[in-house]
Amino acid sequence: MDALLFGLFATIAVVCGFVMVTQKHPITSALSLVGVMGSLAILYLLLGAPFIAAAQLIVYAGAIMVLFLFVIMLLNAGAEPKPARSSLLAKVIGIPLIIALLGMLSFLIHLTVPPADTMVKFGGNTPGSPEAVGRALFTTYLLPFEVTSVLVLIAILGAVVLARKEMD
Amino acid sequence: MPPIVNQGVPLTAYLTLSAVLFTLGVAGFLFRKSLITVFMSIELMLNAVNLTFVAFSYKLDKVDGHLFTFFVMVVAAAEAAVGLAIILTVFKNRSTLLVDDVDSMKL
Repeated sequence: MDALLFGLFATIAVVCGFVMVTQKHPITSALSLVGVMGSLAILYLLLGAPFIAAAQLIVYAGAIMVLFLFVIMLLNAGAEPKPARSSLLAKVIGIPLIIALLGMLSFLIHLTVPPADTMVKFGGNTPGSPEAVGRALFTTYLLPFEVTSVLVLIAILGAVVLARKEMD
Repeated sequence: MPPIVNQGVPLTAYLTLSAVLFTLGVAGFLFRKSLITVFMSIELMLNAVNLTFVAFSYKLDKVDGHLFTFFVMVVAAAEAAVGLAIILTVFKNRSTLLVDDVDSMKL
């Protein structure tokens, strides 16, 4: 059952990610990214992290992606035009280098984590119950939490200042 | 009839999925031309790293990785608000969303 769910949602995530990178229209890219985030939320549930899964759906798929879609529709962004001069060098060297990056990351993973070391089963380890997350957030990580609130305040002010109408 | 043995999924499968998503994010960041899509590729990379945090949190049976994921989400939300405001300003001043056309700081 675990393997089935993991296979299904990992496939959805990879396909949606690929569509996001290859599609020309920003709306298609944004909706594919929502698909990636939704399937990642299911994988978080399988990893015993219900709080993070809910936060992923609410904050990422809900708030951030709606902001993206809002800006895309506000600016009326259409499909990217064909570049006037497409660089052959970028195609010849870029794609093999991207594949090399994936190979190096996978090699590093298999080097540091032995393959049959840990099997992930639903309900095996459940470190991330909302109670445990809240307890850690308001004891061990209290100072970072408070600093985060200042960061969000600065972000709100920055967004208002940057996007305001010029008064002159 | 014996019960079906639930083998589970190796941890490396989750980490490899995370590596694949991160690489897709890097590819989108480098190959795409629209500012908004480049920005979405950054979000994809952040999501891939979050998956690694949660996977290792499962392995160690500790909650700390989830807290890191939480903070990454907060920073991503702040970044999205400011970044999209910058994109709005760029579009207002230059009437373009292509990264190739916004090059006034290029030597």
